[in-house]
Amino acid sequence: MLNHPVIKFIRRFYRGNTAAVLGSLIVATVIIMSMCASLIAENEPNKRVARGHQPPSTELLLGSTRSGKDVFSQVLHGGRISLLVAFGAATITTIIAVVVGISAGYFGGRVDEFLMSFTNIILVFPQLPLLIILAAFLGQVGPLVITLIIGLSSWAWGARVIRSQTMAIRNKEFILAAEVMGESKWRIIFVEILPNLISIVVGGAMGTCIYALMAEAGLEFLGLGDPTIITWGTMLFWAQSNAAFVVGAWWDMVVPGAAIAIFGGGLALLNMSIDQISNPKLKTGAYIKTWRRMKAKVDMQRAQS
Amino acid sequence: MNQPVLSIRNLCVDYVTDDGNAHAVNKVDLDIYPGETVGLAGESGCGKSTLAFAITNLHSAPALITGGEILFKGQDVLKMSDEQLRQFRWAKTSMVFQSAMNALNPVIVIGDQLIDVILAHENVSLAQAKQRAEDSLELVGIHTSRMQSYPHQLSGGMRQRVVIAIALVLKPKLIIMDEPTTALDVVVERDIMDQLYELKEKFGFAILFISHDLGLMGQIADRVGIMYAGKMVELGATKDIMAKPQHPYTKGLLRSFPTIFGPKVRLEGIPGNPLNLLQVPDGCYFQERCERCDQTCIDTMPMLLSHSLQDTHQVACHKVSQGERL
Repeated sequence: MLNHPVIKFIRRFYRGNTAAVLGSLIVATVIIMSMCASLIAENEPNKRVARGHQPPSTELLLGSTRSGKDVFSQVLHGGRISLLVAFGAATITTIIAVVVGISAGYFGGRVDEFLMSFTNIILVFPQLPLLIILAAFLGQVGPLVITLIIGLSSWAWGARVIRSQTMAIRNKEFILAAEVMGESKWRIIFVEILPNLISIVVGGAMGTCIYALMAEAGLEFLGLGDPTIITWGTMLFWAQSNAAFVVGAWWDMVVPGAAIAIFGGGLALLNMSIDQISNPKLKTGAYIKTWRRMKAKVDMQRAQS
Repeated sequence: MNQPVLSIRNLCVDYVTDDGNAHAVNKVDLDIYPGETVGLAGESGCGKSTLAFAITNLHSAPALITGGEILFKGQDVLKMSDEQLRQFRWAKTSMVFQSAMNALNPVIVIGDQLIDVILAHENVSLAQAKQRAEDSLELVGIHTSRMQSYPHQLSGGMRQRVVIAIALVLKPKLIIMDEPTTALDVVVERDIMDQLYELKEKFGFAILFISHDLGLMGQIADRVGIMYAGKMVELGATKDIMAKPQHPYTKGLLRSFPTIFGPKVRLEGIPGNPLNLLQVPDGCYFQERCERCDQTCIDTMPMLLSHSLQDTHQVACHKVSQGERL
């Protein structure tokens, strides 16, 4: 069991990689806590359970909102939607970016011209204003629409990066060799090229995940989302419109803000550590620590003699 | 004999990995005298190139020079400061790498790359540097009109010669050639080696020549060192090694390729696989593949010794030490 290749890979990934351990712990904790929201939090997130703006206490772990709802329960339940939006948007973005980027880079010519002119058009739209206009135009939008808006509008950079990387790989000898061996185009794309792009694809996906989390919160904070659905963004929106800071109810605003920051930070750590694995040339594995220690020792001996 | 231009003492280079340290070069001693050609041979992964990189202190992680000295005219390369090292590299010791033609920058014309080297190391005017660059191109048989060519406009052999020209341009005392002609066909290879030899007669530099082409090495080297698993197992004059190899590994190597002259013999090669450097045995590193291995070989590591007083032929083998004829 311990020698299973997957387990081996996981062990190698975490060995000497503090960022990976920390990032995974944070991300896993946030996801599990959100998933088990109704088990952990006693109170219904939408139910009035106390007087307005009660400070954190043993009874209400993170205090209450202006309308007397449990902030702890809200942040856990809100996490479900926020995370779904973030992961959903990242998935859509990544799929479009990979498909467009690899096709343009691999097939070249007309396909490339067409796809890239389309990508360039998407690219010149300023993103946040576009999001705001779309959201405002569609009225108070629910999480699904926000996912689609973010997912469909933020793939262009990724596609361009993947395209240029594909073009670089496409001209390497091993791709030529695969073509000479008569491998199908799809096999070349998915088996020969895609694994070389893992690091930028995963990096891009995690980056978009953070971006989507922020964009969703931003849209809802500006009041463009559906305020009846609890997410970290709408929590911020209500805290802001109820002047939480002004009346001293800091927890109302800090809690959802911290949730976003912590989860975003966890993803960023994970992103860094995946880069270390998928790009061995960065030389950040565990052995490098041994190397540094040995080098310091040898240098010292050499200076003494 | 006179003073060696380079003397390597007890050099150790390790590759640090997650599974332990691999001693890629293990306590190697080697002297190179002025004007001499020393060949270094051995199978892939035996530490030849690692040794060559160590001479100019070019290793970066995960490789680490863990011990020993590399004395260039008495000065230890490993103790040089960055600035000393920068001046030492190329001006005193230049290198021609494996597939050296890829060392040329594809977007700079070759003339400028030659001039760059001169200006980086010597305080000369641009016109003088240009003149020197043209001279050294002509030395390797490339017309000066090619100064304005980009590397991709030249053939592989020409590019290789450009790299050799760059290696020669500062008139270093030692040139390290790490399989300089591997990527070339034999005609071009011969052509380049002949030119190199003319230049060597002219300028009197020493060459450390690394290759697994023993045929070529037999023709050009004065002395040959044979490496196995990071150890120098045999070192001696070329004619001695070629005619009377002592170490079983050297014998195996020499049996592994055909001679043009003489009767047809069946090629035998060496059984087994190269040693895994992460799991080395106590005794002789060659024990698993050696047909004459006995208890001494398993227990103790043989030293590199010469076996008669004035003999420069050194072998690391218990069997030879015991006077056994193999």
